[in-house]
Amino acid sequence: MSGGRDRTLLALGAGALFGVGLGVSGMTRPAKVLGFLDVAGDWDPTLLCVMAAAVGVHFWAYRWARGRSAPRLDERFFVPAGSPIDARLCAGAVLFGVGWGVGGYCPGPAIVSLAALRGPVLVFVGCMLLGMLLALLPRPGD
Amino acid sequence: MSDFTPLSGLLGGALIGLSASLLLLGSGRIAGVSGIAAGALFSPGEGQRAWRLAFLVGLVAAGVPFVLLAPAAIEASPRPLGWLAVAGLLVGVGTRLGSGCTSGHGVCGVSRLSPRSLMATALFVGTAMLTVAALRFGLGAAP
Repeated sequence: MSGGRDRTLLALGAGALFGVGLGVSGMTRPAKVLGFLDVAGDWDPTLLCVMAAAVGVHFWAYRWARGRSAPRLDERFFVPAGSPIDARLCAGAVLFGVGWGVGGYCPGPAIVSLAALRGPVLVFVGCMLLGMLLALLPRPGD
Repeated sequence: MSDFTPLSGLLGGALIGLSASLLLLGSGRIAGVSGIAAGALFSPGEGQRAWRLAFLVGLVAAGVPFVLLAPAAIEASPRPLGWLAVAGLLVGVGTRLGSGCTSGHGVCGVSRLSPRSLMATALFVGTAMLTVAALRFGLGAAP
């Protein structure tokens, strides 16, 4: 199906652009990310600029998308429905926040950094994938 | 603020926003890295694996020119290996329970003004700041 092939190529390009953005902005340097999180130290607000610019661009793209019935290469948009804020969301965000503060890596920069094939990022990503797998295991009651 | 680099931050951020916008307007998908990684590797969704793997390949491929031409752009974390193992587990479990990370909630969801993403982003940024402060004052671990 050519639509599938086009979507795959688009995702490849979008992933590469995303990764270049992370590298250009300095977010593939965990020490710099930790410098943003370290409000009691020599605070580095760069991450705020990264978020502001990314949201500034994507805010308008989303408004544009809302005026359309479907994206260019598929039959519909796959945007999460507005579910309520629940304990699972909050607990997950808190656990992620602790992990981010301990390691200085969030998933995007860590995956881009795999290109450097260094031990620390391999350990982080390996454990992150294990954590994802654990969280996705079916639980009684699910 | 000795390491503050606003211009490269704004430029890189704009590229990230552009990437998320291409994916949304082109395929209708959310550029959430944790969901894409978990979906590509662990959920068999029919026809959903190829684009996710391609996005991940793009991310890693983007690192290659930095490694070759500007190696200082990709540093290893200053934290000890044991901490990185714990951090990885927490990030993996947390992003699945919380359905997103800095990209899916922080960029895409905040751009949609999604209440869930605004809440998640405030919580993970706040918690990460508290964690770094606790490690600094509790263990003397300045990053």
